[in-house]
Amino acid sequence: MPNDHAADPATTGGTPAGTATARGDARIHDIGYRGYDGPRLGRSHARRALVEQSVRGAFGIGRSAKSKILPMLLLAIMVLPAVIMVAVALVTNLDDLPLEYTRYAVMLQPVLGLYIALAAPQMVSLDLRYRTIPLYFSRPLERTDYVASKLAALATAIFLFTSLPLVVLYAGALLAELDAGDQTVGFLQGLAGAVVFALLHAAIALLVASLTPRRGFGVAAVIAVLTVPYFAATSLQVILHDLGNTAAAGWVGLLSPGTLMDGVQGAYLGGDTDFPPGSDPSAGGMGLAYLLVTVGLTALCSFLLVRRYRKEGI
Amino acid sequence: MIVTEGLSKRYPGVTALDRLTVSIGPGVTGLVGANGAGKSTLIKLLLGLAPASEGTSRVLDKDSATEGAAIRAQVGYMPEHDCLPPDVPATEFVVHMARMSGLPRAAARERTADTLRHVGLYEERYRPMGGYSTGMKQRVKLAQALVHDPRLVLLDEPTNGLDPAGRDEMLALIRRVHADFGISVLTTSHLLGELERVSDHVVVIDGGRLLRSEPIGGFTSSTTSLAVEVTDSDAHPNGATALHDALVAAGVAVRREGGRLVMVDIPPGEAGERGYDTVRDTVTDLGLGLIRMEQRRRRIAEVFSTRTDGTPADPTHPATPAPAAPAPVAQEGAGRRAE
Ligand SMILES: Nc1ncnc2c1ncn2[C@@H]1O[C@H](COP(=O)(O)OP(=O)(O)O)[C@@H](O)[C@H]1O
Ligand SMILES: [Mg+2]
Repeated sequence: MPNDHAADPATTGGTPAGTATARGDARIHDIGYRGYDGPRLGRSHARRALVEQSVRGAFGIGRSAKSKILPMLLLAIMVLPAVIMVAVALVTNLDDLPLEYTRYAVMLQPVLGLYIALAAPQMVSLDLRYRTIPLYFSRPLERTDYVASKLAALATAIFLFTSLPLVVLYAGALLAELDAGDQTVGFLQGLAGAVVFALLHAAIALLVASLTPRRGFGVAAVIAVLTVPYFAATSLQVILHDLGNTAAAGWVGLLSPGTLMDGVQGAYLGGDTDFPPGSDPSAGGMGLAYLLVTVGLTALCSFLLVRRYRKEGI
Repeated sequence: MIVTEGLSKRYPGVTALDRLTVSIGPGVTGLVGANGAGKSTLIKLLLGLAPASEGTSRVLDKDSATEGAAIRAQVGYMPEHDCLPPDVPATEFVVHMARMSGLPRAAARERTADTLRHVGLYEERYRPMGGYSTGMKQRVKLAQALVHDPRLVLLDEPTNGLDPAGRDEMLALIRRVHADFGISVLTTSHLLGELERVSDHVVVIDGGRLLRSEPIGGFTSSTTSLAVEVTDSDAHPNGATALHDALVAAGVAVRREGGRLVMVDIPPGEAGERGYDTVRDTVTDLGLGLIRMEQRRRRIAEVFSTRTDGTPADPTHPATPAPAAPAPVAQEGAGRRAE
């Protein structure tokens, strides 16, 4: 196919359309317009393509080399501790990993938060800033398709970011011949936690990022929303605990996405928490509240996001 | 292609469209109106992007209010404002937009290559769009509207921001979209002059209301009037008055404009030819000298003289010779390759 038109200029000249530009011919052949009678796959295809493109964009793939640097750097920082732990486990013949799978994301929350703060505005602010939105909505795609695709994409990106080090840990644990049953349970709990974490944080961060077309503001706002309540909640927990009110210290964890996540994992995914001793939510009572608030907050942010795009681009 | 009935759109404090009833067939249709006339609003309602306050519109025989998605599958839209992310190359962007229209990946690539070539974008298409000239950006915007091979494209101010040469190329391209690609076009502008050159049909709106809708032939033939300026003579110290009175006596529709001009309505066709003769003969009979005799498109001037941005093409320029057909469009202009 590449050189069939170079072979014989005479016949090339004779064919009506399709193959063109015989070599050395300065004239531009007018290749006639060809219509398109192929399949039109509609909204579901468009949604999938949008998710795929957005996830790639969240890691800088398909964008300039410059926009790959930060996501890749953060990913490296995210995975590095896992690699070190595995190395230590292999060398020192530990009989368990130094950390539970579910703890990993909590421990590396600053890195995760930074990544989310970068990825969320990347996903929505460019379309707002450069006013590309009307091009989407002038296609069969509905507003909810756009929002759902972006949410799915950011959740996927966060999940990949969170679960990659877990995969490293798990592979290392199996290599070090730790108890496969224990490790598999822990790994699956870690993945489940990552799913909850990704959905909750995608909804919150995307909503915040969508409020401004300026990427810089978006980054700052997402960092603020993820960290300020977190530090407030954890500080309050410590104060309340010191005052002897462990139950209240437990409830205060509901006030930030980070502690919310921590509490859900503590109650349902067999993990420890960073909560002050004695204030961990239990699966029955307080844990349920954590689960409900997590689901409710995710749903609320998604709903507000749909609403935010209801009038966009017209 | 497009039918609206009593279509209205009211924003708080503004009526953007006011009971617009118009029907638009295949071919190239120009939608003309001053800024704020409601052109962009009409396009948004047609695409089903915003609800009408009142009335209905149908595009490709589908109801905009209830079948918006089906309409948008077969219609392309080029917005008036910038909409291109600067750090993405045109190819990648248009492929993405093709996929957003539901084209499979391979087809999206193929259609993108074809479409970008048809709009006249070559090696540049691999460079980020931030470095493009306005003309190139407009071409990419047009390409993304055409990439899924729609039956109809809605182009909102496609010549906006272009220099005269760029305008001509864009207009030629618009003509080709219909003539060569077989895609019907609704294109807007606040300049009637340029739309006349490419349109088969022109719709004029003002303040959201329909002023006229007719084939371009109707426009060029029925809208002309003749501005005549004559010298004074001893017998007629005021030549303009004398000519005016004489023409009135001859039963010609005529009025004064300013101190020196006599405006004569020239009806279409043969009657118009006689009109010219009458004016010339009258001037000769009165023994006056003819300073100038210019054709104007009167109603267009009336539509725009009060509102546009100070470049009303018609009144200040000698008009194109006679009831000419729309200027022939330079077909090769768009396909020309930059060396
Ligand atoms: N979203 C909106 N909210 C309020 N007023 C609007 C909105 N869009 C358009 N308008 C008003 O409606 C009128 C028509 O606008 P538009 O359709 O953009 O005109 P055109 O495209 O012909 O310049 C203008 O007075 C404009 O200010
Ligand atoms: Mg407009």
